Amino acid sequence: MAENKSQYTGLLGWVDERMPTAMSEFKKHMSEYYAPKNFNFWYIFGGLAIVVLVIQILSGIFLTMHYKPDASLAFASVEYIMRDVPGGWFIRYMHSTGASFFFIVVYMHMFRALLYGSYRRPRELIWILGCLLFLMLMAEAFFGYLLPWGQMSYWGAQVIVNLFGAIPFIGPELALFIRGDYVVGDATLNRFFAFHVIAIPLVLLGLVVAHIIALHDMGSNNPDGVEIKAHKDAQGRPLDGIPFHPYYTVHDLYWLSIFLLAFFAVLFFWPEMGGYFLEWNNFIPADPLVTPTHIAPVWYFTPYYSILRAVTEQFMLVLAIAVIGMSALLVLTTSNSIVRGAIAALSVLLVVLMLVPGVKLDPKFWGVVAMGASVMIFFAMPWLDRSPARSMRYRPKWHFWLLIAWVVAFLILGYLGTQPPSPSKIIVAQVLTLFYFAFFALMPWWSRMGAFKPVPDRITFVPH
Amino acid sequence: MSTTNVTQRDEPLDRSVDDRSVDKERRATIAVAAAVGGAGLIAAAVPFVTSFSPSERARAAGAPVEVDIAGIAPGEMRTTEWRGRPVWILNRTPQMLESIRRADKEVADPKSLRTAYPTPAYARNEYRSIKPELLVAVGICTHLGCSPTGPFASGTNAMLGSNAGFLCPCHGSVFDLAGRVFQNMPAPDNLEIPPHKYLSDTLVLVGDDSKA
Repeated sequence: MAENKSQYTGLLGWVDERMPTAMSEFKKHMSEYYAPKNFNFWYIFGGLAIVVLVIQILSGIFLTMHYKPDASLAFASVEYIMRDVPGGWFIRYMHSTGASFFFIVVYMHMFRALLYGSYRRPRELIWILGCLLFLMLMAEAFFGYLLPWGQMSYWGAQVIVNLFGAIPFIGPELALFIRGDYVVGDATLNRFFAFHVIAIPLVLLGLVVAHIIALHDMGSNNPDGVEIKAHKDAQGRPLDGIPFHPYYTVHDLYWLSIFLLAFFAVLFFWPEMGGYFLEWNNFIPADPLVTPTHIAPVWYFTPYYSILRAVTEQFMLVLAIAVIGMSALLVLTTSNSIVRGAIAALSVLLVVLMLVPGVKLDPKFWGVVAMGASVMIFFAMPWLDRSPARSMRYRPKWHFWLLIAWVVAFLILGYLGTQPPSPSKIIVAQVLTLFYFAFFALMPWWSRMGAFKPVPDRITFVPH
Repeated sequence: MSTTNVTQRDEPLDRSVDDRSVDKERRATIAVAAAVGGAGLIAAAVPFVTSFSPSERARAAGAPVEVDIAGIAPGEMRTTEWRGRPVWILNRTPQMLESIRRADKEVADPKSLRTAYPTPAYARNEYRSIKPELLVAVGICTHLGCSPTGPFASGTNAMLGSNAGFLCPCHGSVFDLAGRVFQNMPAPDNLEIPPHKYLSDTLVLVGDDSKA
């Protein structure tokens, strides 16, 4: 075999001669990965998500050294970590604060994509991998929340596992299969522990790698939503791009220090965050005989939880009318007669299953469907958005305000989900649920409407 | 290209081989090996998947429990555990029974005819109990499995309004004092009545209703 002479000297040269992939990959993903130079504040959250993932993995590894996944020992072992293990409170609060910050960072990251059309062709797969990451993150958070074996842990798991029980025919057996017992118990805790500490993290890491590879293959989007690869210099480097390293690594380090300032302020001064990051009821050991008078999921799940609660018997008629309206719109705007027939047949079937006595399925099931759909609808974004311009900067101003209205609806649903149910709150949640879905369902039409501004050929960038 | 190809072939790989030059016998062997291996993988997955089901120990647990009901004063409720779930024994006063009769028109399934949680024949009556005053019910909401709170007297709870009954804190379903769910609630069914029988005037057996 011919000797492979490296361009580098010293230790790096020695390694490079024996593993040239190390440097070529570093170049591909860091020092020669050209990112648009007009990145703004919204572009820091991808990197921060990786940092939080590392924080969670490290603090999690140390927690497993003291935690006991046993229904009779789990609660006490968490208290033991908090009181008796040297530094244990710091590690535990880092993990619990990290969980909430993970969702804050990921929600900001997703909002950025909605704002600048980062999910649009050719980046659909990056978006889909991101949605899968989001689903896995939700699963990871849900499994982890059972482990302290407090009242919220127990009853939260009870409710979510029973959601699967609402599926017709297979539901009850499926719920039994997930719990591994007739009630949430030791078997459930043990398997959730396995999912939380190894199964889901492995999937998460694999998806993160795939997400980044897909991103680096297509190149990053930017606030202008124009392709920087369209204009390259003689060496084939995008004229509007700068190497990710050192430019964005340094830029991200600056924001990381600010992020860590906020992170540690919460960790040291408000680790429970007024009952939102760590709920009061979870400081009471799990009691299978008594549900706390007020139970709610952790804040990052509450918007979907509100949608679940919004589906009541009276609401079914409204939902059925929405389904009929939607299918009428689809039938009127589709030219293919087979597709039209299929849409009409499907909507008739749906309405029958929603309303006709005797064959209709419970509102409970439709609530679960609505909750699932409220998360799954994100996957469809690349195909729902038909606007000529990718970035909100060049779309009609009301598109931007519509997005903001949707975000506000999402936040209000989140707030309502933390509150005990009352008739008036349920009606507000129902109205907002309709708006939440209408935003997506009508997007193929509204995203084409209005006066678009001309999209520039190159990015807008003022050197500073 | 930043990487250099260091391996050298003596002859260029001929990519234009047609089917005749393929060793059919070797191909068949590979296909058979893949099929057998795949079947083996599926067979090996079975014990992993079935390990999710309840263990023999979990299946064996769940014996009936005897509850002494002597000390339950009228209007008072006692909670006992059966199969890991709360079972309520409520000693209803005449006013409480009256509130059940008044709720007849407001509950979703007044005669307990739905079959998702079949009500035993001996409890398929107005008060859903063997003895009118004594309610024995599984205190788990039929919506998503929280344990309702209560009993609330009429006018003491916003969700119940003028009715007496139970409120599920999770999604706001309300039940009357016979465990019947009110109309337009997230919960589709009345509270489950477990199989039970009276061993004596003061002893009830929850989990077994066999005559013998």
